[in-house]
Amino acid sequence: MTVAATTGGIAARRERLRWTPYLLSGPAVVVLAALLIVPLIATALLSLHSFALYKGIEDVYNLKNYADIFSDPYFYGIYARTFRIALLVTFFSIVLGAPEAYILNRMGRPWRNIFLLVVLGPLFISIVSRTLGWALLFGSTGLINQGLMALGLIEQPLQFMYSETGVVVALTHVLVPFMVISVWASLQRLDPQVENAALSLGASPLTILRRIILPQVMPGVLSGAIIVFALAASAFATPAIIGGRRLQVAATLAYDEFLNTLNWPLGAAIAVLLLVANVAIIVGCNRLVERRYAQVFE
Amino acid sequence: MSRNGPAALLFHALFIAFILAPIVIVCAVAFTSKGYLSLPTDGLSLRWFRAIATNQDFVSAFWASLWLGTLSATIAVALSVPSALAIARYRFPGREAIATLFQAPLMIPPAVLGIAFLRFFTQTGISGTFIGLVLSHVIIIMPYALRLVLSASTGIDPQIENAAVSLGASWLSTFRRVTLPMIVPGVVSGWVLAFITSFDEVTMTVFIASPRTTTLPVRLFLYIQDNIDPLVAAVSAGLIGLTVVAMILLDRLYGLDRLLVGRGNN
Repeated sequence: MTVAATTGGIAARRERLRWTPYLLSGPAVVVLAALLIVPLIATALLSLHSFALYKGIEDVYNLKNYADIFSDPYFYGIYARTFRIALLVTFFSIVLGAPEAYILNRMGRPWRNIFLLVVLGPLFISIVSRTLGWALLFGSTGLINQGLMALGLIEQPLQFMYSETGVVVALTHVLVPFMVISVWASLQRLDPQVENAALSLGASPLTILRRIILPQVMPGVLSGAIIVFALAASAFATPAIIGGRRLQVAATLAYDEFLNTLNWPLGAAIAVLLLVANVAIIVGCNRLVERRYAQVFE
Repeated sequence: MSRNGPAALLFHALFIAFILAPIVIVCAVAFTSKGYLSLPTDGLSLRWFRAIATNQDFVSAFWASLWLGTLSATIAVALSVPSALAIARYRFPGREAIATLFQAPLMIPPAVLGIAFLRFFTQTGISGTFIGLVLSHVIIIMPYALRLVLSASTGIDPQIENAAVSLGASWLSTFRRVTLPMIVPGVVSGWVLAFITSFDEVTMTVFIASPRTTTLPVRLFLYIQDNIDPLVAAVSAGLIGLTVVAMILLDRLYGLDRLLVGRGNN
């Protein structure tokens, strides 16, 4: 083999290597472009069409659907409810999930793994099954109300089914594992020596929690809050089962417009607003967390 | 390490009760012997589990879900393996953009995806077909499959592959005999996670499922919207049982803590 042939071979091989990653990822990129990007753009275009009861989807482009959503109190009432529920679910997920992650982290070897599994395992169980459990506890068996009355906490049975309270409780149950995961991950990054140093310098446990642990765990709490808020705002099955047909949220509203009223352009506009709000919150809050806590991410 | 005080342990006990209560009640009600929703106070009965077998709607939805999960998880993994290798092993212009695109389905609310697919499938004429269900499920489960295959691929030393090539192995036998065996745990657990995600999916699927081709969670959801009886509790208890089996499988293959929290805890 001559020297020239060898260098030619290396050049050809290098040329081939340059294209290899594109060839490898090509099929998946094509599938995602054709089946994700194209349908999403088509939905955004659909939201600009008009809809008439007898003529169906009309071939004109305008912002009428968006104007309708923003001017009709029925629609923005639903968006306000969606936002309110998501905010409450996020609040309760922080209040319950962050301390639980902290307690789990302080547990001994076998218990820690067992309870981590118990807390995170339900993520793998179908949302419909988990929500059905709450429907049974709230409604048919009324165990929650019986329990609360037996404890003397309430006099009259509370209305959980078909109420925002019920939706918030069930959604918190569905989403709180994400908060535990997020806080747990940030607790793993803590150096226990810092805590010991504070102890040896005479800090009380409360001071350690407030001045050492909390500041370092904050990014975990905030990124957990972003995930929980985004998932709560776009939740569908839980509000549909617990809230029923009268208590609409953004996702169930879009479902109704598409499959019951059959006003697809309006349904598409509702979906586009949901998507834009979701992406804006995730990207915006992530930026904020990263800038505010840049030093924690090294 | 400091220990938890009594207040912390009480909080923990209440939290665990909160997490388990709805799951326990579903399983309990499923074993009732009565014809209506009640706790099994006078002995356990399997009558509602037997009732599932005679309900053709649930049985066919179960098989549809099983096939859907198997097919879409297989396609998603087949697409993920080369993509994961590209992202893990190469530095190339556009790598970041491609990695972001692969995670994009996670950022989009499933209800929005459902609407987008419904419109798209209606226009392309595959609305209400099984093919439509498979294609849409491939999109939403691909990020999960990719994540696990990717984390398995980033760990391997490229020198091992270079050694195989320098010893005269073709790229195909290098992949088959060197690369693949090293990423098999990631590939298998990626498949299982993708399968579970597909099997459990309800929000996106409820938009595109038709009465002829529907999945078990969608069938269950639509049934619950009309009435809640011990039959749906039995179906849910069955689903919970299957999930526990899948979780044990994933734990053996990959480690659930590593899967959920992203790193082993020590």
